[in-house]
Amino acid sequence: MSVPVHIHNISKSYEKVEALKDINLEIKAGELFGFIGPDGAGKTSLFRILTGLILPRSGTASVGGLDVVNDFKKIRQITGYMPGRFSLYHDLTVAENLDFYASIFKTSLKENYDLIKDIYIQIEPFRKRKAGDLSGGMKQKLALSCALIHRPELLILDEPTTGVDAVSRKEFWELLNKMQQSGITILVSTPYMDEAALCNRVALMQNGKLLATDTPKNITKRYQGQIFALHTNKMHSLVIDLENTAAAAQVYRFGDSVHITSTSGNDESFRQIITASLEEKGHSAIQMIAQQAVIEDCFLALMDKNQTL
Amino acid sequence: MYAFIKKEFFHIFRDYRSMLILFGMPVAQVLLFGFAITTDINDAKIAILDHSKDPVTRDITQKILSSKYFILEQNLQSNNQIEAAFKAGNIKEVIVFEQNFAEKLQREGKADIQLILDATEPNTASMLSAYSSGIINTYSLQQMKAANKVPLSIVTESKMLYNPELKSVYMFVPGVITILLMLVSTMMTSISITREKEMGTMEALLVSPLKPLQIIIGKVTPYVLLSFINLIVILTMASFIFGMPVRGSLGLLLVESVLFIVMSLALGILISTISKTQQQAMLLSMFALMLPTILLSGFIFPVENMPVALQWTSHVMPSKWFIIIIKNIMLKGVGIAYFWKETLIILLNTLFFIGMSVKKFKVRLE
Repeated sequence: MSVPVHIHNISKSYEKVEALKDINLEIKAGELFGFIGPDGAGKTSLFRILTGLILPRSGTASVGGLDVVNDFKKIRQITGYMPGRFSLYHDLTVAENLDFYASIFKTSLKENYDLIKDIYIQIEPFRKRKAGDLSGGMKQKLALSCALIHRPELLILDEPTTGVDAVSRKEFWELLNKMQQSGITILVSTPYMDEAALCNRVALMQNGKLLATDTPKNITKRYQGQIFALHTNKMHSLVIDLENTAAAAQVYRFGDSVHITSTSGNDESFRQIITASLEEKGHSAIQMIAQQAVIEDCFLALMDKNQTL
Repeated sequence: MYAFIKKEFFHIFRDYRSMLILFGMPVAQVLLFGFAITTDINDAKIAILDHSKDPVTRDITQKILSSKYFILEQNLQSNNQIEAAFKAGNIKEVIVFEQNFAEKLQREGKADIQLILDATEPNTASMLSAYSSGIINTYSLQQMKAANKVPLSIVTESKMLYNPELKSVYMFVPGVITILLMLVSTMMTSISITREKEMGTMEALLVSPLKPLQIIIGKVTPYVLLSFINLIVILTMASFIFGMPVRGSLGLLLVESVLFIVMSLALGILISTISKTQQQAMLLSMFALMLPTILLSGFIFPVENMPVALQWTSHVMPSKWFIIIIKNIMLKGVGIAYFWKETLIILLNTLFFIGMSVKKFKVRLE
């Protein structure tokens, strides 16, 4: 039912920009694999190579043993692809869109109803509404149904949760988990770091390079140093005031706090050095709470390293 | 396939702008060309300056005004009023009779009438001049017959074949049919394909197992049907409103038109493969096709009067050949034997455009 994906030394460049630099990846059959990275990291280019929409400059890739350059027609039969932009017909209704996509894959809604039942139930009340008038979350659910309607073995989703509210995002991921259980290999890209934890394995990408590939747990485990979340009475100048402190390896805003990393190994003395230097600069009510690293911390650390290389 | 065509119809029927272009424009164009841009002359306003005021001049004036072409706007009294009358802008022509007109005619057998015309519109002016001299000549011939004098002058008589009244509708209808079929077919298909590119739906279609030919046929079929309906509407209007005849075989006319429609559609697809946005597709169809079709096909300006380079360009226009075909069928009423060459040219064009567009249709995004 599900297929593995192999990517060997894939590179791609547009005129002057190098979109992908020597990417190597092995994705197992039935895996829910996440590509995490900011805009321009190369996620869309990689997906388009896998669906045969663009050609790599060098390297090879295969889906279930089929080459993406030579056998792209066969790959398209077994792949469900949901492009980054909403790519359904705005002027057709929900039902018409579904029927259309079913018929171009020579199948029908009835035939594969069991697969998309969970999603379809959510959009069914709107089946007479035009796709252009749906909310962002509903649009994505409809697009997912259309991508799934021919029972693909590989599902490729390009930023399916971008521009979707938090509740719909959560629902969307629950649906993906269900899809995975029915035996489909799923590749999904997202700029949201918090979604990484929901994948089996993730690849962190930046500027066309893979920074790391592993399970979300292993990636956070590999984080070196101890992170502290800082709160003081003068949050706005906190980052600037800390940047001149030699002891801190990394300082950056994280939500409503500031994350600071110690690499010294001696957390207590680090805590004292930071508190003292901040008090000198007029901060008070200083709180430093030790934190577990999350994907975003790892990504920022890896990004830093990548840029200095 | 069927689903694709159905979907395409939904697109067309739900977009009121497409509907307007498809069905509003043909009707408006036929009426515009038929009524407004007519080159026939009706009710031209003229002034008369009669220095003689005798029975003969009154008789000629009567004859001129009783034709349906002229209306008397004012009677002038002296030569220096002529310029003022033209400047006022209402009149197109002044007819001046010399002094003692009847007397001179009687005595010398010759008298002068001067026609002064407003040549800011040269076509109208020359036509008015021809009409009025025609009426005057007829009058003098009648007079001579009445006086039992055999005229010695040789009168040349021109006979206008196929369009004896020189009706401009006969000239415009074939042109309008050509332009509308071209416009609707080429522009609408190129726009509808580039719209899919712009909306990102093309990406989804490409990733489906659909073959390029299937996508193209699905896109094009609705427009073949709609263009055909358009053709029927134009022909009906031309026949009922303007009395345009179809002297040849109607079936042949329809078959040739369908061939031309298919050719235009193929051209539209070709345009869509080389343009990225709807605007680009529209501009390409408008300026690269529409204007040359109107200007160079011989629809408005005769090809024979063009510089040689433009004449050659005009031969490349498929629309030129189609206009020849329609005129042959509708006005001359001849059969395929007389225009198989033109038909062959269009057929070859069609095959060429279809081949090119299937070849250029990209199965990938770049």
